[in-house]
Amino acid sequence: MTTIEPAHIVGTGGALGALLRYAVSEWIDTERFPAGTLIVNVVGSFVLAILTLTSASEQLLLLLGTGACGSFTTFSSFSYETIRLWESDDRTHAVLNAVGNLTGAGVAIGFAWILVHFVW
Amino acid sequence: MSDEHFLIRLEPVVLVGIGGFAGSNLRYFVAGLLPGPPGTLVANAVGSFVLGFILYEAMYSGLLSSKTHWVAATGFLSSFTTYSTFALQTALVSAPILMLANVLANYALGFGAVLLGREFARIVEVQ
Repeated sequence: MTTIEPAHIVGTGGALGALLRYAVSEWIDTERFPAGTLIVNVVGSFVLAILTLTSASEQLLLLLGTGACGSFTTFSSFSYETIRLWESDDRTHAVLNAVGNLTGAGVAIGFAWILVHFVW
Repeated sequence: MSDEHFLIRLEPVVLVGIGGFAGSNLRYFVAGLLPGPPGTLVANAVGSFVLGFILYEAMYSGLLSSKTHWVAATGFLSSFTTYSTFALQTALVSAPILMLANVLANYALGFGAVLLGREFARIVEVQ
């Protein structure tokens, strides 16, 4: 059996994750609030937590964890969008966005932990 | 937009896919050099700076309408940076003080990097 380069596995998952994020951003196109980024960050954190907590195989973690979930979720767009809200005098939404992403991801990881420990 | 040739509609998809491949690969490389939360922090800060610079530059020069520009930037840089790994690494840290420190470091450097990118874009635009 030929071994696949880890970087190729990560890259393939990364392309998949970026395309899924693009699809979500095309689907949820709001000027007022960056809901698309919030959704991908919460969903991606949940899936990554499930993969990690169920001790998925190393190759699956590279493909779906580091690759797909890593690319599906984003910090740079989140930072940029938060700053844009803040400087357009929409400070309430800027703070809500910063806190919402963190809380959403935290709750998603907690939910994944409960699922893995009590339901699996 | 439906009257566009399918190859034109396909262009952003191809760019996002290639950007996602390259961006995640570079993040994996950084994680190899700096394992754990520090590597994620570096990727998030650097990616936020470059994205901030590119998008403010595009805005100041009136090129924001160029969808290709935006897509290439978000395809590569949004894949280079990550929220899920940051969130999970924070959750798996044992001491609460380190959790707080990781959140504050990523948020402060991420937002600060976008503002720094904005300043660079202003300087470039003035010259």
